[in-house]
Amino acid sequence: MAVTRIDCDIHPAVGGTRTTLLPYLSDHWKEQVVSRAIDGLDLTSYPPSMPLSGRVDWRPANGTKPGSDLAMVQKGAFDQLGASHAILNVLYGAQAVFDSYMAADFCKAINDWIAAEWLSRDPRLRASIVVPMQAPDLAIEEIERRANDNRFVSILVLAQGETLLGRRHFWPVYQLAEKYKLPLAIHAGTQYRQAPSSAGWPSHRYEYYFVEAQAFQAQILSLIYEGVFGKFPDLKVVLMESGVSWLPAFMWRANKTWRGVRVEVPWVEREPASIIRDNFRVTMQPFDAPGDARSVEEIIDQIGSEKMFLFASDYPHWQFDGDDPIPPNLPKSIIEKMCVDNPLETFPRLSVN
Amino acid sequence: MSEVIDRPLRDDEKPATSRLRIVDCDVHPSLHSHDDLNEFLPKRWQQHLKEYGSHLRTPYLFTTPYPRSSPLIARRDAWPPTGGPPGSDLAFMQKQHLDPLDVEFGILQVLDLFIFSQQNLEFGAAIQRAINDWQLAFWSHRDPRLKASILVGQDGTDLAIAEIERCAKIGEYIQINVSPRANEPLGRRRYWPIYERAQALDLPLGIHVGGYGGHAPTGGGWPSYYVEEHQSNAHTIAAQLASLVIEGVPERFPKLKIVFIEGGFGWIPSAVWRMDQHFERFRSEVPHLKRKPSEYVRQNFWFTTQPIDEPDEARHLRALIEWVGIDRLLFSSDYPHWDFDDPRFAFKTPLTEAERKKIFSTNARAVYKF
Repeated sequence: MAVTRIDCDIHPAVGGTRTTLLPYLSDHWKEQVVSRAIDGLDLTSYPPSMPLSGRVDWRPANGTKPGSDLAMVQKGAFDQLGASHAILNVLYGAQAVFDSYMAADFCKAINDWIAAEWLSRDPRLRASIVVPMQAPDLAIEEIERRANDNRFVSILVLAQGETLLGRRHFWPVYQLAEKYKLPLAIHAGTQYRQAPSSAGWPSHRYEYYFVEAQAFQAQILSLIYEGVFGKFPDLKVVLMESGVSWLPAFMWRANKTWRGVRVEVPWVEREPASIIRDNFRVTMQPFDAPGDARSVEEIIDQIGSEKMFLFASDYPHWQFDGDDPIPPNLPKSIIEKMCVDNPLETFPRLSVN
Repeated sequence: MSEVIDRPLRDDEKPATSRLRIVDCDVHPSLHSHDDLNEFLPKRWQQHLKEYGSHLRTPYLFTTPYPRSSPLIARRDAWPPTGGPPGSDLAFMQKQHLDPLDVEFGILQVLDLFIFSQQNLEFGAAIQRAINDWQLAFWSHRDPRLKASILVGQDGTDLAIAEIERCAKIGEYIQINVSPRANEPLGRRRYWPIYERAQALDLPLGIHVGGYGGHAPTGGGWPSYYVEEHQSNAHTIAAQLASLVIEGVPERFPKLKIVFIEGGFGWIPSAVWRMDQHFERFRSEVPHLKRKPSEYVRQNFWFTTQPIDEPDEARHLRALIEWVGIDRLLFSSDYPHWDFDDPRFAFKTPLTEAERKKIFSTNARAVYKF
């Protein structure tokens, strides 16, 4: 099948642990989720009925969660939005569980469910591996388990976890990511371990969604300054649903601060912006740009790399209206690269099949 | 010396030729020692300071969680020859900063004693009051160019209101300063009585980066390095801007002026675009907002310029200034700190005389009514 447009970020919905995931849980957790009624782990970041979580025309008529029905996802992501292939990113609470054994079994169940009920039913679909970052040793086990299945093309983590992602206890995960050519996909979403910003806990989800862009920025700085790319130079990191237009000013500030304080991190030998352009990629919904073409052109010029952009619809999240997920006013050269070349370069396992 | 420092200046990097008397919205005075406060601090709190010291949500008693890049985050050349820490000697500050750079007005921003971050709210209020008095006695009365702010900790809201009323009667203060990192985001209703008083007294609300509110510096957790913490200052300010706008503070207090200090301004356009972009999706959650966030930002908020962004291309800085709006920008130097912006060199893009006048003087004079 011709690869004409790869959607790097769509979301299938997990119904629940006692329904969707039950057949895929270990015997111990099968018994536990039923006897203790362990269910309803939908992430606080995305209440299913919140407008952002599902565009009106992508909500199943029977009231189930947007993204829960394969046929509807196929119709939306492929027929309507024109993708030839799409990467499934599951946002469900397994990543936020405190008990690392429970987290590991739930992540395994999610990945088994994705393989059996999505990937095996539509050859256009790929997926990110959901991993229990709460316990990096168990995350490694899960990555090893999927390593030979090239339909899994990246490792999915939340933008806000227990600790920043650059910290050394995560490095064994990055070692495997580099080895198996699995980019680290950081997706919007939180484990709710700490306030979403240094300002504290906000009242509104609107505010929470706004400050989430900052969590991505903190993760970039953490990964760079802890020295992850010195150790794993081929590791790619994909920012998913992060917004895009903050990149230029963020890179300027990072460069300036690094120039002033680099004595603290002597192992970082290049300007942060140059590391960002080499090792980071970003999905294009939402873009968060003003409405005029000149500003969009300016933002793209300021970012200074055509390689960073990845086509994505964020289906079924409501980021745009109509049938075209490509943000308005993007230069033509960017559109060509972001749909095929850049995704294939970023997710090398896409080319294997 | 490095190649970067030795290369000749490009045209856009050369100092401006005409001299303009400037308003510097961020000048840091410093105590020689805690004893400076004795004449302003009741015996009970002097004893408390001596016996218990600061109680902060940080791991160390006598230093910051992240070791800074220089002693007291100061310029190496800012230590007064008479002894004492940088910013503690008025004569030296005049000679090194105020006189040669033609500072017509300098707004004092006091950070001593982690003044906003004291867990004991009564102690915090006592030292805020003492420092408010000290600013007048040691600085404004000795050099009328230097303007004092009313420092209050918003978590002790009743104590803050009492101090605002006391200082307002004195009549010499030009703004009310609160912390960017308190127990809760600035937009929360518990802090609204402060905004009500600020609006009624027509005093701008100043928010200078720094302090320790107990929340991690980033939404992803605690970083390891100062280089990360330093950049997180801009995130804090952006989060506070969003909190104030989205909770409806400018909707409720339309005449309130809010000045963010030392947050820089590179992040503003994308922050405003992001708020506007998602306004439609979240509108049903915030029906109290009658207008798009960008409209409140243009009406109620101003931003000091330091640390100014330094894109590789001067035209990018130019685009940035146009996006933010030249009327929102107030020059600040951050003297005597290491990341000081020199007004002669900071803007590495050409500005017209009229634009320079706005950023370096008239915008601030309008906000603060000098």
